[in-house]
Amino acid sequence: MRELSLHILDVLQNGREAGATEVRLTIDEDHSADRLSVTVEDNGRGMNEEIMERVLDPFFTTRKTRHVGLGLPLFAAAAQRCNGNLKLESHPGQGTRVTATFQLSHIDRVPLGDITGTVLSFLMGDPPCDLVYVHRCDRQEFCLDTRTVRQELGDVPLSHPSVRGWLREYITQEEEQLTRPAGVTQRPDDKARR
Amino acid sequence: MPKLKSLEDLKKVREEATRDIQVRLDTGTKITVGMGTCGIAAGARETMHAILEELKERKIEAHVTTVGCIGMCAYEPLVDIEQAGSDRITYGRVRPDMIPGLIEEHLINGRVVEKWVVGRLPKG
Repeated sequence: MRELSLHILDVLQNGREAGATEVRLTIDEDHSADRLSVTVEDNGRGMNEEIMERVLDPFFTTRKTRHVGLGLPLFAAAAQRCNGNLKLESHPGQGTRVTATFQLSHIDRVPLGDITGTVLSFLMGDPPCDLVYVHRCDRQEFCLDTRTVRQELGDVPLSHPSVRGWLREYITQEEEQLTRPAGVTQRPDDKARR
Repeated sequence: MPKLKSLEDLKKVREEATRDIQVRLDTGTKITVGMGTCGIAAGARETMHAILEELKERKIEAHVTTVGCIGMCAYEPLVDIEQAGSDRITYGRVRPDMIPGLIEEHLINGRVVEKWVVGRLPKG
């Protein structure tokens, strides 16, 4: 896949298909350690050890358990070719945690890509699933919790065009702030905001 | 410079959206995009974005959602259009640049775009 955010969308969808009502996505970029980690935790049905051993095998796929297939093996391969790895933790009935690490500066590391598009595509899917998205970039952090957003919205669904539009602009804006070069910490229009 | 977005905007978004929410819930059109590994790798995220933008642009009410792999991986991105009283049509290899034409023909003119059809489920 050409972007990390496409792998991320894939793993988020695994969570939904595992019956999760809440998924936590954490992206951690640490330039001093030259590490990038991506963690997806869901509260879905989880896997037993037997299935866990097999989901990283690309040739393990059955139509009955669609949540396994090529997705995780591809993500694992992407991490491994960048001096990283993919770790899988799961408990039946509790959920699954997937952690992929990468050498941030590795020449083969594909860019994060359109993470805003990934978050939105995930949120438009059925059945509804809450997302807690945390993106850390050295000492900066952006957090989006759809439970908070839904609380503000009441009966209005996240899929409403106005909400979708707001989400797209909001996430894009916060992502830009996060990846701004070091040293530029103050928002030029902080005053306008108040 | 435009005003920065903040969570406080949501109150206003909510107010505006509440007015037309009932209309939207009653929509008879459902569009489903395949979002399994195969769909994602083939560009389904961008196809879905194009659909949402086109519907917004033309002010068409439709429920847009995603589904996992349905087994026609070679034809991804797959887009399924279901309308009350019509056959359920599955379009294959749907790229974002095909969306304006597809929406216009299928949803506005009510004509199935046969050359892109890969599956059909008769109504009923």
